[in-house]
Amino acid sequence: MTTWTDLQATLGGLGYVASDDLSVALQLALSLGRPLLLEGAAGVGKTEIARSLSVVKDTQLIRLQCYEGLDAAQAIYEWNYQRQLLTIRAAAEDGETGKQVEDRIFSRDFLLERPLLAAITQDAPPVLLIDEIDRADEEFEAYLLEILSDYQISIPELGTIKATSKPMVILTSNGTRDLSDALRRRCLYTYVDYPDRDTEMAILQARCPGIAAHLGAQIVGFVQKLREEELEKTPGIAEMLDFAAALMGLGIADLTNDPAVLQSTLTTLLKTQSDQAHITKEVSGRIAGRAA
Amino acid sequence: MTRVTRFAGRDPGPIARVGGFFTHLRSNGLRLGVAEADLAITALTHVKAISPDEARWALRAVCTGSREEAERFDALFDSFWMDAGRVKQKVVQTKSSKSNDNMHSSRDARGQDAGASGAATALDDGQGAADSEGTGKLVATDVRNLAKKDLRDMIRPDEIAQAEVVALRLGAALRHKRSRRRIAARKGDRLHFRKIMRASLATGGEPIKLLRKRRPDRTRKIVALCDVSGSMTVYAQVFLAFLAGLMRTDAAADAYLFHTRLVRITEALRDKDAMRAIGRLSLMADGFGGGSKIGPSLELFADTYAKRFVDGRSVVLILSDGYDTEPAEHVSTALSKLKKRGCKIIWLNPLKGWCDYEPVALGMAAALPHLDIFKAANTLADLASLDREFATL
Repeated sequence: MTTWTDLQATLGGLGYVASDDLSVALQLALSLGRPLLLEGAAGVGKTEIARSLSVVKDTQLIRLQCYEGLDAAQAIYEWNYQRQLLTIRAAAEDGETGKQVEDRIFSRDFLLERPLLAAITQDAPPVLLIDEIDRADEEFEAYLLEILSDYQISIPELGTIKATSKPMVILTSNGTRDLSDALRRRCLYTYVDYPDRDTEMAILQARCPGIAAHLGAQIVGFVQKLREEELEKTPGIAEMLDFAAALMGLGIADLTNDPAVLQSTLTTLLKTQSDQAHITKEVSGRIAGRAA
Repeated sequence: MTRVTRFAGRDPGPIARVGGFFTHLRSNGLRLGVAEADLAITALTHVKAISPDEARWALRAVCTGSREEAERFDALFDSFWMDAGRVKQKVVQTKSSKSNDNMHSSRDARGQDAGASGAATALDDGQGAADSEGTGKLVATDVRNLAKKDLRDMIRPDEIAQAEVVALRLGAALRHKRSRRRIAARKGDRLHFRKIMRASLATGGEPIKLLRKRRPDRTRKIVALCDVSGSMTVYAQVFLAFLAGLMRTDAAADAYLFHTRLVRITEALRDKDAMRAIGRLSLMADGFGGGSKIGPSLELFADTYAKRFVDGRSVVLILSDGYDTEPAEHVSTALSKLKKRGCKIIWLNPLKGWCDYEPVALGMAAALPHLDIFKAANTLADLASLDREFATL
């Protein structure tokens, strides 16, 4: 049996630095066979954890991106109507009876698998990522409940399809609406926050191995200070890595050297017009000075 | 680091301790069932349960379901397991040992709280808010009212029932068509191929019946912010009843109170027992009837909750008289931030019903350019008559 420290180390080897409590929650989700619900601001690495996990477990990652209006036909299964119609026509010309045709067109061959059905019919257990569940409607949560508790899907024409393998389920949410208690009950829960300075430093080292220690510390310090400013959109980890890549690409060794260049690379961190107007050259210079 | 709690010698064992911990969590308002307790014990076998940190992380993943709960969990965990070496006598009795802030059963509340709050309410009668109402002059105050006011004295259950009717009507008026997905409908604008195929089976693959689909009506999400500062005391009764009704009829609605602070009351108002909901509300509205900081409260809302709960399909309903102790710029920046999220903003001002009322209060004047609807509302009947206005939004 692997322990959470092993899992943390393996994830670390892949460049995903998971905090202690996240690793414990992840290990528990795996060993108890429960879905794991991750909440947190955009850009703290919620989606990335599923991707890394699929690499660790060496399985397929099946992703369901939720959006408003997502329905069963898009998420679970749909019949291939065009093909069914063509088959009916062809059968009519061959003179087949209705019963035979009906059996044929409601078989697995005519079923279009969507992510949720695909996830439970794999040979090896895949990682199922249900991304931004808070964007889907409440009705969709109800579909999900059946699948998450029993790992089976009922198709009226075919009967119940039971899971051939139980997927490892990860749900992410940005908290744009409250999820139902029923869904929360079925999941383990972890809130993923922005990383602290040491963790972020480790992430940067893992993702940009070539970066100089001095510049790395400055970048992390700068981004950490920037998050304390009043911004409409707080920069996440992905933005921090873009920022580091931009600085490395420009061949900059010290943040405080050239305010103009620093200001121009801020486009990787600040994603709204008012944020860019708010962080002027003076402000960014001051933050860089304090971070150094 | 705090020291681990020492349990009494005749303590029955680890399973009972976890059971005791769950009683402790439940009595502090976490909704946990037997299944969770079972899962928690299983989870503890998968980590080193004797390490406090690992046990904490494992139990936190199992027992909590939202950010607020996760934040509270650490304190609850410490108070039970890391009680500075104090000896816990009987594990199962922790239920009564913890004072409880968020959950009050209606039976408890009637017995213990009613006495205490009665005095507080009586004291409050002599204070600024009620007095100035008599002279017809209302000013904003910037002191927080420390006396606790029990809202249960102000709101009766039948009023909530009436408010529910009003809230239903308003919700219905706020419907609009903007869904991207289409659903089956007799008079739809497009053909519904899925249904046509299905129906054509009956006619040997010949699509004879043409079925249609259209974009369904979707309700707007109401986000209500209610001012409960001193100057609003006399109207708060109506508005709070309305909020309670709204929360009970509309599962997507969201509600906040503000005076000198902003408090989210959605969870409290969703309580199944209407009077208990009001009881929980009065605990949260600590400082009710005190000063008003409209601008900063709205700004805080725009910067925090609005980012999560307000989008292009929301209607932000502000119930306030606009008397603010803070500079008016706060109000206009907050409202322009909100407006950028694509929502509609409705401001209902009880004073607008007075004859000769002009929105001269600085906060109110600053807000006007950002509002989609600015109307008077003093009573439930006024609120009910607003449905026509809302329908035209």
